[in-house]
Amino acid sequence: MIRRLATDVFLAGPAALAVVLFIFLPVAVVFVLAFTDYLIGARSAEWVGLENFADLFGSRLGRNALINTLIYSAIVIPTSVILGLLVALGLHGIARRMPRVSAVLRTVYFLPVAATLVAMAVAWQMLMHPSLGLLNHWIAALGLTPQQWLTDRGLVLYSLAAIGVWQGVGYNMVLFLAGLSAISPTLYDAATIDGAEHGWSRFWCVTWPMLGPTTLFVVIVTAANAFRVFETVATMTDGGPAFASDTIVYALYREGFVYFKAGYASAITVVFFAALLLLTALQIALVERKVHYR
Amino acid sequence: MTPALRLDGVTKRFGDVVAVDDVTLDLFDGEFLALLGASGCGKSTTLRLFAGLEAATHGRVLLHGRDVSRESASSRNVALMFQSYALYPHMSVYQNIAMPLRMRSLSAPQRFPGARFISRPTRTALHEIDEKVRQVAAVLRLDTLLSRRPGQLSGGQQQRVALARALVREPSAFFLDEPLSNLDTQLKADTRDEIRALHARTGYPFLLVTHDQADALSMADRVAVMIAGRIAQIATPEEVFQRPQSRAVAEFIGLHRMNILDRGYAERLHPAGATLDLGIRPEDLTIGEAGPLAATVESLLYKGEETVVQLRDPDGFVFRSILRGGQPRPATGDHVRLSADISALHPFDEHGNRAELPQ
Repeated sequence: MIRRLATDVFLAGPAALAVVLFIFLPVAVVFVLAFTDYLIGARSAEWVGLENFADLFGSRLGRNALINTLIYSAIVIPTSVILGLLVALGLHGIARRMPRVSAVLRTVYFLPVAATLVAMAVAWQMLMHPSLGLLNHWIAALGLTPQQWLTDRGLVLYSLAAIGVWQGVGYNMVLFLAGLSAISPTLYDAATIDGAEHGWSRFWCVTWPMLGPTTLFVVIVTAANAFRVFETVATMTDGGPAFASDTIVYALYREGFVYFKAGYASAITVVFFAALLLLTALQIALVERKVHYR
Repeated sequence: MTPALRLDGVTKRFGDVVAVDDVTLDLFDGEFLALLGASGCGKSTTLRLFAGLEAATHGRVLLHGRDVSRESASSRNVALMFQSYALYPHMSVYQNIAMPLRMRSLSAPQRFPGARFISRPTRTALHEIDEKVRQVAAVLRLDTLLSRRPGQLSGGQQQRVALARALVREPSAFFLDEPLSNLDTQLKADTRDEIRALHARTGYPFLLVTHDQADALSMADRVAVMIAGRIAQIATPEEVFQRPQSRAVAEFIGLHRMNILDRGYAERLHPAGATLDLGIRPEDLTIGEAGPLAATVESLLYKGEETVVQLRDPDGFVFRSILRGGQPRPATGDHVRLSADISALHPFDEHGNRAELPQ
């Protein structure tokens, strides 16, 4: 009995301790700090109640970061999910006739997922360079006006969103491909017999409903990734110009690690955490029952 | 008489593999035909060729004499019940049954949700569909389950939904792909009766594809035995069992594999055995005191209603014999004699084709 208990503690104990020490404890600290004006390195802190939260939602800068993140997500989530699905459908379709081509394309689409985003961001910065970039080169060749992709206040957020989509498509495609290969071929046979013989009706009768669980998962993961956007902002724009590409996580980083306002940064973290938790819970509660067909 | 459906010299290749080799097969109106074969013999491909799920490499598919080789599965209006039932898990039982009718009688915009509020023809069509669905559901005792999802039903109920979905369309032919293989023994017997009754009531041409000879022999009017992509014999169940046309069919049909005595050796049993192979079904091989063959009992396999006895003769030839439940059983190691009635012998010539015993 004692031996078994000792074994259990020995096996599960260290990991549990690590989780408590490095995850639960810091989270608890963050939750407490969110209600103080603590500065990193300061000897004391004042309890300020909800002031940090009022700052985030009340100040122009805080609202700007929130709205930018929402716009970014509103573009990246649907676009990368739909594109991922389309690419997966296409690759799945040609996989039988041209397995080699399909495999190569799959790797190509997956590369952005495997590559380090910071390194890729540098490549994108070169592509989007106003005078040397390939993008403006092509645009000029087509007779259109070259754009200041990363320095135009009205454009920068969309440029970053495009990179976000580029990165998300590969991951979503792989998930959708797995979902597609799990669909029973007899279901397609049944649909054929029943009269759903062509692309569109087969998609509505079989493919789309059968991809329900996959789609739910893809949307949640994509949403979480979109809300967390940071690397591209940090490496390419620093939230600029004039905070036009400032996002929640970047603001968090700036407040916490540049201005050392740990209290305010903690408040942002709490809001971010709550929003993500709410989103996930909502999606699961609303959709889970509808996609698993039980 | 023109058959309802006919495969006319159909060959199907997958790459280098010939799955179906020059098969001509008729399915007549009102008949119950079973396509019987071991797994991998091409029977499922034959079914898919009939149904329009595969296109033939060579040959034609005729529906009431009309060439439909290039026509789609749904325009042939065949019904197919899948082994796995292949119900749409996201649809209710009602929607599953209504599906073939919706696809046939509604256009794409009419299938859009809410279309019935705008268009009168849609309302009329939906009303007709509703009537048919409820009618079929009542026949198959599904009326109380219409709003359930397939995942909430038992295996037997799912099967009835699959039947209902197949029947609701008033098909030109009804195909059943291994319909009984997922069921336990009791349910299997009930379902066999149910399918027979369904065939009698509807009068559609039925094609049953199965590897289980008991299903084929007990349900069908005619049995087509398929071996290695070809139809080896097509006849009534009695004829297939009692007069197998070839050695391959003889060895395939029968719950217990037929004993086949090679020519020469078979002479001990009958003079014709000098030039012909002789087959004896295990149930026709009698164990007793007297008989032309001597053998030693090697093993006994008790199975309740019957006992399978394995015997070996001094030359090493192995026989199987069946004893009915009540018959006295020999013990392992007993030396016995074996005999068989002349009428129970199945003679085959050197090509494996059935021959006649000289009188």
